[in-house]
Amino acid sequence: MEPLSITAYSMVNALGVGAQASLEALQRRRGGLCPCDFEDAALNAWIGRVDGVEDVTLPGHLAKFACRNNRLAQMGLTQDGFADRVAEARHRYGASRIGVFVGTSTSGIRQTERAYRARNPDTGALPTWFRYRYTHNIFSVADLARRLLQLQGPAQAVSTACSSSAKVFGTAYRHIQAGFCDAAVVGGVDSLCLTTLYGFNSLEVVSSRPCRPWDVARNGISVGEAAGFALLERARPDHPDMLVLGYGESVDAYHMSTPHPEGLGAKLAMERALASAGLSAAAIDYINLHGTATAANDATEDLAVVSVFGTNAPCSSTKGWTGHTLGAAGITEILLTCLAVEHGFIPGTLNTELVDPSLGAAVQLDNRRCALHRAISNSFGFGGNNCSVVVGRGY
Amino acid sequence: MRPLHVNAIGLLAPGLPDWARGRSVLRRDMAYAPSEMPPFDANLLPRAERRRTTFTIRLALQVAQEAMTASGGSPAGVYSVFACSGGDTEILDKICTALTLPERPVSPGHFHNSVHNAPAGYWAIGSGSRAPSTSLSAYDSSFAAGLVDAMSLVAVEDRAVLLVAYDVPPPHALLPFRPLCAPFGTALLLSNEASGEGATRLSLEIARQQEEDQMADPGLEALRVGNPAARSLPLLRLLAQRGAGQVVLPYFPDSQLLIRVAPR
Repeated sequence: MEPLSITAYSMVNALGVGAQASLEALQRRRGGLCPCDFEDAALNAWIGRVDGVEDVTLPGHLAKFACRNNRLAQMGLTQDGFADRVAEARHRYGASRIGVFVGTSTSGIRQTERAYRARNPDTGALPTWFRYRYTHNIFSVADLARRLLQLQGPAQAVSTACSSSAKVFGTAYRHIQAGFCDAAVVGGVDSLCLTTLYGFNSLEVVSSRPCRPWDVARNGISVGEAAGFALLERARPDHPDMLVLGYGESVDAYHMSTPHPEGLGAKLAMERALASAGLSAAAIDYINLHGTATAANDATEDLAVVSVFGTNAPCSSTKGWTGHTLGAAGITEILLTCLAVEHGFIPGTLNTELVDPSLGAAVQLDNRRCALHRAISNSFGFGGNNCSVVVGRGY
Repeated sequence: MRPLHVNAIGLLAPGLPDWARGRSVLRRDMAYAPSEMPPFDANLLPRAERRRTTFTIRLALQVAQEAMTASGGSPAGVYSVFACSGGDTEILDKICTALTLPERPVSPGHFHNSVHNAPAGYWAIGSGSRAPSTSLSAYDSSFAAGLVDAMSLVAVEDRAVLLVAYDVPPPHALLPFRPLCAPFGTALLLSNEASGEGATRLSLEIARQQEEDQMADPGLEALRVGNPAARSLPLLRLLAQRGAGQVVLPYFPDSQLLIRVAPR
């Protein structure tokens, strides 16, 4: 692909508000998970919760969008000077020439959960305060971003489970290359809700401890919430920007909630990403694993990573810091990877104590200072939908 | 962006049981009768998987399979774009209901089928295709956003792309908040290359201040405004007429899609 510049970005997650908070948490090995205290969820689990979401107020004309997911989205959009950078881009390109592509898996479903709890006991009718279109509906977070940023270009919400906010990078690239826009806001937002906490619990993939990817004793995920956004433009010569160098996508065509046992889809995604970037596997300095810490994901991703990169390529999962942020995992981890490249270190794999000896990838447990030029981030989701994105310096 | 080709079409809605029969109704845009939909007969999935699928999943698979079969080609390298405004509201209703019970008995099968990309996942399992697939929503603009997405895929990847657009009225509790009038599904197989007798050349641009086209038949017009996937009807009418022409579809409140077609 023709590289895209990441000219601005923002992050909000369990590590804190703003990219600096994420960076410091990575460098200081301070994880963001806590025992599940979300609403009245009676689950023996750890979660990645963002403080202060409840206190966010949306602007008056957008009050109908009020729900946890959209509050979290607004936190993300107003961090790190992101909205200001988009406003500058809007003046440069025109509002109709900037796309908005946001990933989410559950959007504002928490509102629907609350609405069902408040059903009329006789008729089953949901309460009149329920605003399906502006909260639960999958598009609502992309719609909110488009309105808050005052953009009028192409837009969509991408919802492919855990690969959603990695795929948006490819979506943006294609819209730009096809001439439908000249720049794009990409992002991902997912927030804590009972659907995912109890849903993953019903699949018996939620750990009772902070998740420990690749660990011999790993036993499931820790659900987290996050918002992340990036502004993508055609690569600017003579600017030392972080670049999107390539992306690769695939589908397992195997099972809805179990990955292909040989990691075939994951392998395809990584290979296609390298091909898209015009890079060999040896050119990648660091792999940010999907690394959810389920028995199945880590085993199959390990096979795929070893098959593409061998057993010496440094890799790690950062989900021990943030939790699995689902529809926001792609953007969150791509941006954490960008931070690692920018600041010259490989984040280790927090919480993991003993790497499963049956796994072959060179998983790093501790942080390591290291000049990084190009890195790849994996995001693999339910329905076997896979996406890998290569970021780095042009030089 | 160069024009591409629509090489095959799938269609399913009340009174529009498939493209072969539906197109004669759409070509004349009159005497539409919303008769009951025929039973689903898509058979790509093994029986065990098929039993776990919902109405929404089956609707998407039916029109996807119809288009692929009509094309005579293999789904193996075909990219796909699944556009649905609301996802599987039947499953989401079941999950939210389960969450009101003390034990919160969310079914694992319901949970993994609740993802917006469940139909795409089942399409991959049934067709065996490992080509990239996306699932999106742009609320009432979902068909238009899906078409723009599919066209950008064809333009950049130079591969055949299957666009599947579908929406189903939600269950009772949600219906007042999302009053869709009827189910509707359509699929378009798009490619840079023309293939087959029926291939139609298509080009598209984003426009402003254009008036969106309507259907002449009142029943078809009610369907068009009553289901986001049915915003495709004026384009399907044009494709059914097999001549040259143009049509305007709504995109966002501030824009439209101006689409031109011509026989290959």
